[in-house]
Amino acid sequence: MKCTLWFRVAAVASVLGAGGPGGAAWAAEEKAEPTPGSIKVGCIFSVTGPAAYLGAPEKKTAEMLVEKINAAGGVLGRKIQLIVKDSEGSPERATSFAHQLIEEESVLAIIGPSTSGESLAIKNICQEGKTILLSCAAAEKITDPVAPYVFKSAPKDSYAAQWIYRTMKELGIKRIGILASNDGFGLAGRDQLVKYAPQNEIEIAASEVYDKATTDLTGALNKLQGQNVQAVVNWSIVPAQALVAKNMRQLGFDVPLFQSHGFANIQYVRAGGAAANGTIFPAGRLLIADLLPDNHPQKKLLMEYKKDYEARYHEDASNFGGHAYDALTILTAAIRNAGSTDREKVRDAIEKLQGFVGTAGIFNFSKEDHNGLDMTSFEMLTVKDGKFTFYKRN
Amino acid sequence: MRSRRYAPIAGLVLFVIALQLTLSATGTTYYFTQITMSVYYSLVALGLCLLMGYAGQISLGHAGFFAIGGYTSAFLTTHNIATSGGGSAVRWLQQFGLLVERQDLYGNTIVHLSPWLALAIAMALTTAAALLVGLPVIRLRGHYLAMATLGFGIIIYRVVLGTAGLGEADGFSDVPPFRLFGWLEVNGRKPFAAQNYYIAWTLVVIVMLLGANLVRSRVGRALRAIHENEEAADALGINVARCKLTAFILSAWLAALAGVFATHYRGGIGPSEATAFKSIRYVAIVAAGGMTNLWGALAMGVLLNFLSLRGVFGSYDDAVFGAILIAIMLFAPDGLIRVPRLFRRIRKKLDGSLAA
Amino acid sequence: MPIDQIAQYCFSGITVGSIYAIVAIGFNIIYNTTGVINFAQGEFVILGAMTAISLAAWMPLAIAIGLAVLITALIGGLVELIFIRRVKRPTVLRLIIITIGVSILLRETMLHVWDEKVHALPFFTGTEVSSVTLLGAHTSPQVLWVLGACALIVAGLSLFFKFTAPGRAMRACAANRTAAQLCGIKVRWMVTASFMLSAGVGALAGCVTSPVTQTQYDMGAPLAIKGFTVAILGGLGNSVAAVAAGLLLGLLEAFSISLFPLAYQDVVAIVVLLAVLCFRPSGLFGRRDAHVSGEF
Repeated sequence: MKCTLWFRVAAVASVLGAGGPGGAAWAAEEKAEPTPGSIKVGCIFSVTGPAAYLGAPEKKTAEMLVEKINAAGGVLGRKIQLIVKDSEGSPERATSFAHQLIEEESVLAIIGPSTSGESLAIKNICQEGKTILLSCAAAEKITDPVAPYVFKSAPKDSYAAQWIYRTMKELGIKRIGILASNDGFGLAGRDQLVKYAPQNEIEIAASEVYDKATTDLTGALNKLQGQNVQAVVNWSIVPAQALVAKNMRQLGFDVPLFQSHGFANIQYVRAGGAAANGTIFPAGRLLIADLLPDNHPQKKLLMEYKKDYEARYHEDASNFGGHAYDALTILTAAIRNAGSTDREKVRDAIEKLQGFVGTAGIFNFSKEDHNGLDMTSFEMLTVKDGKFTFYKRN
Repeated sequence: MRSRRYAPIAGLVLFVIALQLTLSATGTTYYFTQITMSVYYSLVALGLCLLMGYAGQISLGHAGFFAIGGYTSAFLTTHNIATSGGGSAVRWLQQFGLLVERQDLYGNTIVHLSPWLALAIAMALTTAAALLVGLPVIRLRGHYLAMATLGFGIIIYRVVLGTAGLGEADGFSDVPPFRLFGWLEVNGRKPFAAQNYYIAWTLVVIVMLLGANLVRSRVGRALRAIHENEEAADALGINVARCKLTAFILSAWLAALAGVFATHYRGGIGPSEATAFKSIRYVAIVAAGGMTNLWGALAMGVLLNFLSLRGVFGSYDDAVFGAILIAIMLFAPDGLIRVPRLFRRIRKKLDGSLAA
Repeated sequence: MPIDQIAQYCFSGITVGSIYAIVAIGFNIIYNTTGVINFAQGEFVILGAMTAISLAAWMPLAIAIGLAVLITALIGGLVELIFIRRVKRPTVLRLIIITIGVSILLRETMLHVWDEKVHALPFFTGTEVSSVTLLGAHTSPQVLWVLGACALIVAGLSLFFKFTAPGRAMRACAANRTAAQLCGIKVRWMVTASFMLSAGVGALAGCVTSPVTQTQYDMGAPLAIKGFTVAILGGLGNSVAAVAAGLLLGLLEAFSISLFPLAYQDVVAIVVLLAVLCFRPSGLFGRRDAHVSGEF
């Protein structure tokens, strides 16, 4: 009885305190103290939740990079102040944080969000708030129609799809089955695969969308097998990627397996074990940076990023963290080029960036192209003896 | 008597106005967005409070009703009706001023249903869904209704997630503003911030007014009787099943209404609004506020959602709501906000210790 | 449809179905003794697998699994002691709410103790690419382990409840709590024991399926929902029926792929659930008053 009363008093007090004056103080504390002369940059990542595969490495990369930049003296002599928000993959939280970052913190730019749904939700808010948005998501609609303040640092899914089809043509594959996860990543990829199939003379005999939390794909693969496909393409970023490989072998389904660039993470190769060998997929060059020739423009950057990330966080670097890396470096380069933190000037400077070396590829921005990447941002890779390597047709 | 009933509501109105003036005066109007969104979410909590507290039923799928409201409105106000044929129907609707013509993202002209019509259709769909789910299971006990509503919520989630026309995983992000009348618009953009703050709170005040009346009316007393003891209420001649169903439908309406307004306010909606976890959050809010306490549900709804939207809970957002559920059930099953009773007990304790 | 495709669907169906059945049996054990639906049941399954995965790094697989089952059982008992027992005036509403809270807490704890990545136990026999052929269907040898383990669990529990003293005591509590108390059975400890048993059984299922389904911290909730569907489908409290219901649901889901898009596979289970609640809430095999007598 007694404990109930005191518990209630304490709880009410703490809740009111959190919301009321304490909250104002807390919020003020939470609202970043403006270090004099610092450049405020906001980040909205899906650090936890269904898109954690994207958001967690992005957050880690951003924090690591900003520390490095500040240690070297900052940008234009001013330190960068990073404000990171975890949207948990939900567009309403992303919207709320976007308002918060733009109106309360008056950030110069927002890095992220990690998913397309969230990016589309805040596109207009950033445009109207004249805050530069450097999205790490891949949807075409983010930069089409072009909004002057909205950019993206992730390569288009259509490039990956076209690379897959190019390779299939070389192998004489004409009839395929598609599996995709039911999140933004998987569905966007499936749409691109469907779009580019006719011009590559590929027939899609069966296409199935599975739940991202699925634990068994033998049924779907059984259906594909019944359609006598010559190859299977799986487009997802969830652990089901490893499941597809394993289930295929267990079913004795012996056709080539193509994956999307979501496979570009060694943990899926480990999860797939022996079944992952022989998978063919397009990816950015981060994974095979050590295999690149020394004079390759991206090699130095990639090796450095990989080394720093792995040393700091004791986990393998992923391409998706690289999108945050690129977004930040693009921003700082633009600030330097513009010589000021005036929004219009920095924005113009981004559009003028040409031949900018990033982890995803070489960026060439323009007024009409707010993404800056092209087909060359991808390489076809495969898995051999549990390691990533270049895919070469033998 | 009358003034006593409405006094708290007058207090609420004064508080709302005072808050807006304070925020405007201190130049912190950026709080409006998060407060407005929290207020819409707490509308759902109010409906759920009616159901859980007064009718004693649990719903683990209320986010589904929110989603039905929001998605229906989003779809109908972004779908270009001109492409769907049915020329005569289109002309007929146009006659009644039920269509709106505007430019979309790419500069093309599209014709879609007016938000008022979309709202009406959304409420109709909600009623149908509530009847479909509620009728069969209303006579069952405890965990059966919980599972049925959970199942309902999951179906809605799967449907919106799996249907291309509803945006699949990305949802809708270009929902137009909702012109209520004249210059009053449900719109998330900055110039409309204060206006929308008041629109949201007006909805809540209306609901609280209706709620205050309902609770003291015959239906309200019947509901409380059912909550206390269903068999006794039945013996008294109360049509238990009908009352429960009414409460269920009312709570569904509130959730759908919140969904429609919040969607137009935010300019979009996504499948994340329909997850089972969202439903559980609403339950946690109602439990924390006290299941038979509309004011508690309102206070907790606004407060907890506000804190959550500001990212105060950081990455522990889910864990916080889970902890709330546990702590409330263990230590304060009647909720936190039992203010009159709380004061009385504190006073009693003080009197006791003073006397001793 | 060619016969080997049918056989393949059957295998997929039986595999997932038996997992659902085990989770349902876990629900039923607790429901029978306490009338509580333990929404945290799915988390026990994942907790068992995660614990085993961590332990397997230091000791032989069999011992790791055994230890994991024991640890999870203990945690199940702790959950009951700390959370369930202390609820004042435990109404159905309150218990549902608190078990949901417990499931969230367990999940978040797992996230922070381990991580968000996917893990898996090594295959008991064979590797990721081994395949055995049975009646024209190909499957992993691990699936046979899953089916075997499920059969063992069901058999073991039947024997436990029929022939051992604690088992009979639990059945007594389920049949009539007051009478059991009058007979000298410590009902409160039977409740704790039922939680421990349920958690242990779930953990074992988690360990044996981990190689094929992979294990991740948030897999508990969907599993609990399916398990609960199966429990209600068979009739709450009736575990033998749960097995039949589980296999039935598994087969329904597997064959639904041949008719509907895979995206709606989960909807099948929910539609089945709602239909059952609508037309026959006591379940397919339950007696009309099954929830009263609460037999195993």
